[in-house]
Amino acid sequence: MSQSKQTAKQTASLLPQPTVPLLKRIHLQQYVVYLGFLAIFLFFAIVLKDSGFLTVRNLSNIVLQTAPATIMAIGLVFVLSAGEIDLSIGSIVAVSALAAAVTLNAYGLVAGVVVGLGAGLLIGFINGVLVAYVRLPSFLVTLATMGLFAGVARSLTDLRSIPVTDAAFTGFFGSGSLLGIPSLVWWTVAAVIIGHIVYRETRFGAHVLATGDNGRAASVSGISVPRIRLAVLMTSGGLAALAGLLYAGRLQAAKYTLGESDLMTVIAAVIVGGTLLNGGKGSIVGALVGSLMMGMLNNGLILMGLSVSDQMIVRGLIILAAVAVSLREKVR
Amino acid sequence: MNAQTSEPVLVLKDIRKTFDAVTAIENFSLEIHPGEIVALVGDNGAGKSTLIKIISGVYAPSSGSITIEGETVSMASASMARAHGIEVVYQDLALADQQTVYMNMFLGREPLNRFGLLDRRLMISETEKLVKELDVRIPSAHATIRDLSGGQRQGVAIARATRWAKKLILLDEPTAALGVAETAKVETIVQSLKSRNIGVLIISHSLDQVFKLSDRICVLRRGKQIGIRKTAETDKNEIVSMITGVN
Repeated sequence: MSQSKQTAKQTASLLPQPTVPLLKRIHLQQYVVYLGFLAIFLFFAIVLKDSGFLTVRNLSNIVLQTAPATIMAIGLVFVLSAGEIDLSIGSIVAVSALAAAVTLNAYGLVAGVVVGLGAGLLIGFINGVLVAYVRLPSFLVTLATMGLFAGVARSLTDLRSIPVTDAAFTGFFGSGSLLGIPSLVWWTVAAVIIGHIVYRETRFGAHVLATGDNGRAASVSGISVPRIRLAVLMTSGGLAALAGLLYAGRLQAAKYTLGESDLMTVIAAVIVGGTLLNGGKGSIVGALVGSLMMGMLNNGLILMGLSVSDQMIVRGLIILAAVAVSLREKVR
Repeated sequence: MNAQTSEPVLVLKDIRKTFDAVTAIENFSLEIHPGEIVALVGDNGAGKSTLIKIISGVYAPSSGSITIEGETVSMASASMARAHGIEVVYQDLALADQQTVYMNMFLGREPLNRFGLLDRRLMISETEKLVKELDVRIPSAHATIRDLSGGQRQGVAIARATRWAKKLILLDEPTAALGVAETAKVETIVQSLKSRNIGVLIISHSLDQVFKLSDRICVLRRGKQIGIRKTAETDKNEIVSMITGVN
């Protein structure tokens, strides 16, 4: 690897060579998530052969369980690519799910969905204004709003869980299916495709990457850096709210604990998926695979009969290894 | 050398810039013609960068006028200068390192196809064409900036400016961070800009470079314009004494 890097650098050097063959350099980081996914899948497929890991039911369960995290991960790819971070997504999930559930029960389906998504966008807007225009670091802003809105979620319904019984809502957002495919899968597929296109093929996506890569270069190139920062934090707020609605639809209830433990999983999924923590580079598809990998890991470790504490340790070690490989490329 | 016969692309007249009580630039006047390379020289703190920032729209002058192809303009931002066909190549390279060469060429001005999505094919083909014309030797338009050498990066930055500049390119010490061979290469690229009928204003600390590239030399000392000389009619001694004020 280091040998080939050396030659690549030399071939790319300025003077003597008029034409340089297009040397496709292998960035390990881009593939680590796929290799990791494959390795973990094969491991569980062999070890848990008789424990039902490979059944269609179990595998589709993994996909369904990871759907909200995948959707949050897509938002986080945008935020990290712009050089910011959003720690408040877990709290947004809870607030949005609760706001949607309460409104739904009082004013009906449409109001519930609008208020639920609106709550996420509003929190994203608050984060975004503080980061982009008041110029506070996003780490601190979203650390604060994470705690703040976790508190709001708790006080909103006095720690009570709110049932969601509207059949249209639960069908649409999590329990139903269309053409034999569960609605959560539809949501995941739609979010990944739209997210990928916006990220890779639009001006907005290009400007997000430029902002995270070199804010000054983006700025002197006429890109409104503050607007990009606001937009990514609202994207992430809106997608976290959607994840909240999916949780509420699937569990047919909303509670302040929803999304509570998702933040670390989502960050890990995104980083393992090839998105740089300090901006300028990322992958939506990588985030999807990263998220599925995290879900599979959870599922497999439970099936293996590990205790909760052992699961946490093993998961932590695997994330550490994956992240170490992902970030090594950056340091040169 | 027919540069002097055509209408100037840029006319600066009696430009003054003060920051509170400090006068950074006083009574600066300069004309730049198409296809002409003018060097701006002076010691550190002479006001060269302030002047570049005024021409590129970052600062507004306190008084005086800027005329671009006969039209008097007032520029409130760098975007406005760009709209007037003025491009700047910054000393510290305003490139996005993790992105490809072609995305950098079109940074902030990405063309869209009929679906409203990025027109990569157009960006790539235009990049390849320009890079070839200017003889900037990079592996490909798909190369990532951080994989390029300093000279290649500066080549990309100049190519980008060339792509967008209709009238004037400002080069702020384009070779300050480069080695000998890379400097030579960048100098060749700068020289080739003359044939494109664009005016070039270059700041440089290297008098060798100034004499190699420029048609005229403009000397600044402590914000004052000391004089303008035709490069062919002066020598290093004269310029040095103008810069330092010592005879």
